[in-house]
Amino acid sequence: MTAETPTAVRVGMARRATAWVTAHLGLVPFLVYTGVFLGAPVVMVVLGAFQDNDGVFTTDNITAAFKDQFGRSFATSIELSALTAVLGAVLGAVLAQAVLASKEDGILRKVVSSASGVLANFGGVPLAFAFIATLGSIGIVTKALKGLGFDIYASGFNLFNFTGIAIVYVYFQIPLMVIVFTPALEGMREQWREAAANLGATKWQYWRHIAGPILLPPFLASMLLLFANAFSAYATAYALTSGVVPLVPIQIGSLVSGNVVADQQNLGKALGLGMIVVVALVMAFYNWMQRRASRWLG
Amino acid sequence: MNRRLAGIVAGIATVTLTLSACGGGSDAAAKDTGGAATAKSAADLGGLDKLIEAAKKEGELNVIALPHDWANYGEILEAFKKKYGLKVTEANPEGSSQDEISAVKQLKGQDRAPDVLDLGGAFALSAAKDGLLAPYKVATFADVPDAQKDPEGNWVNDYGGFISIGYDAAKVPNPPKSFADLKKPEYQGKVALNGDPTKAGAAFAGVYAAALANGGSFTDIKPGIQFFADLKKSGNFIPVQASAATVESGQTPITIDWDYLQAGYAKKLQGKIDWKVAVPTDGVYSNFYCQAISKTAPHPAAARLWQEFLYSDEGQNLFLKGLSRPVRLNKLTAAGTADSAALAALPEVKGEVKFPTNDQIDAAKKVIADEWAKALG
Repeated sequence: MTAETPTAVRVGMARRATAWVTAHLGLVPFLVYTGVFLGAPVVMVVLGAFQDNDGVFTTDNITAAFKDQFGRSFATSIELSALTAVLGAVLGAVLAQAVLASKEDGILRKVVSSASGVLANFGGVPLAFAFIATLGSIGIVTKALKGLGFDIYASGFNLFNFTGIAIVYVYFQIPLMVIVFTPALEGMREQWREAAANLGATKWQYWRHIAGPILLPPFLASMLLLFANAFSAYATAYALTSGVVPLVPIQIGSLVSGNVVADQQNLGKALGLGMIVVVALVMAFYNWMQRRASRWLG
Repeated sequence: MNRRLAGIVAGIATVTLTLSACGGGSDAAAKDTGGAATAKSAADLGGLDKLIEAAKKEGELNVIALPHDWANYGEILEAFKKKYGLKVTEANPEGSSQDEISAVKQLKGQDRAPDVLDLGGAFALSAAKDGLLAPYKVATFADVPDAQKDPEGNWVNDYGGFISIGYDAAKVPNPPKSFADLKKPEYQGKVALNGDPTKAGAAFAGVYAAALANGGSFTDIKPGIQFFADLKKSGNFIPVQASAATVESGQTPITIDWDYLQAGYAKKLQGKIDWKVAVPTDGVYSNFYCQAISKTAPHPAAARLWQEFLYSDEGQNLFLKGLSRPVRLNKLTAAGTADSAALAALPEVKGEVKFPTNDQIDAAKKVIADEWAKALG
């Protein structure tokens, strides 16, 4: 601000600035919070991904992150997330529809919705140990089945591999699907079905031409959310398999907080960057789907 | 749009200011205690008494990643506190070597930065190369074999052990004595490692030992990976990370781990589980951890006193009591100062013991990192 600025203009500007500050003051804690816990770490991860241990810029980490065991871990992570997202989405959608078809104040509905809220957040080490206690090699169910003459481990089942992780993930994916997909189902108006019926549509035609197209965007959006949910999970898989199944978060864990491999933190950051890119793509697609969905459900 | 941008910029500026405020400002925390930070031996400070005096003036010691049931660290910490009246702050007891290095780098200049470190070999070497360690020679430095210390004293081996097979005597009436035994069908779903060998040093050592037992060598760890792949295929291996908790709950009736960790479990579970430890006859593998002082230790005198304590007869005997093998063990037994009861309790080891070189270990780690998940997944 120079000395020539007329007083009136200066006062006007000051007033506007004050108004702006007051209007946005409430945002400051949020900005500081996201800055510290989201912004700064992301910047550090991205910078670190492109540096070697001496701080010199390089793309070696990025190339290494997509080769050999790290490339495989991305493939495995994506495969696991996609598989459990599809399973969770399909089974969860069916369950949500079944629950909605039941009585509005019925006991089934209450139980399923509250159980979903709890189970969707049941994860990490406790969940892994719950499964080990149930289906592990000395688990209750395993032993009971053995007592009945059916040895599930002898017939090829194993909790401590890809299949095992997938089963455990589906356990929390289904309830999450029920939670995120139920509002979309509730948005379906009874009148649409009646109108279709009045015009002579069969049940199949109603699902094929009306309910299906309306529900597809929210269904796909929910599935993407499930994908992101599984993609970032770490503790459950680690507690269950001690890293035998190579997932990206587990590889990052070995690199940044291990006892065996020294000096590879920046490679871990490069893997982290890869995860950020995958999740960002998924979330961009999710938002786009959500916008399409809200056109119908608004 | 511009305004929104301005808001974001302001937000970031605030964050940066806050962060830099956290980073700086506390440099004053490192008190100067008469040149302790640069002392390369107690003599530099005018003898052990002067070192004790300086350490008492600091009054505190920060340690990191020392689990109490690991090589008897619980008792060692207690003894040190009692002897010198210092307050010991323990951070991240379950932390890894990498966590320790990260803490040194990230907490530099702060009161709560670690003073002393207990590192895996590769980490000690790289930390010394990066100039993170303070060279220091304890009074008994000459007792340590040359191969087990940095010539400048940046790091010195402190204690080591053997890869051993631990088992619950109640659940495993016919105990395995070798890696070959572990393949027997009677151990189905019973054999565990201490975690993921790409992450846990003890598990890595377990695979190395298995390699030695199966025709491999220090330059060829692949037979070890193959051994566990076979064990997994037959259903004997369960990839649950063994710990005192899994041992107690019965999930891991047989574990392959350092003998001193197994001894820790046995002590912790005394009266509940009869946990026995034996070094396998076919794969004898031993390795040592390294003790070091952080160059930026906030309590440099206390850090040096801790080293003197660990390498004194008293400290070494405390390691021995935890069934780990202190680095001066040969000197202690020769001088007759070793705790005879603890010595008798060590698992028996047959045959000559050799150590891999650091280059061999590094090469083996690369193979493990690339092959483990592929073979076991």
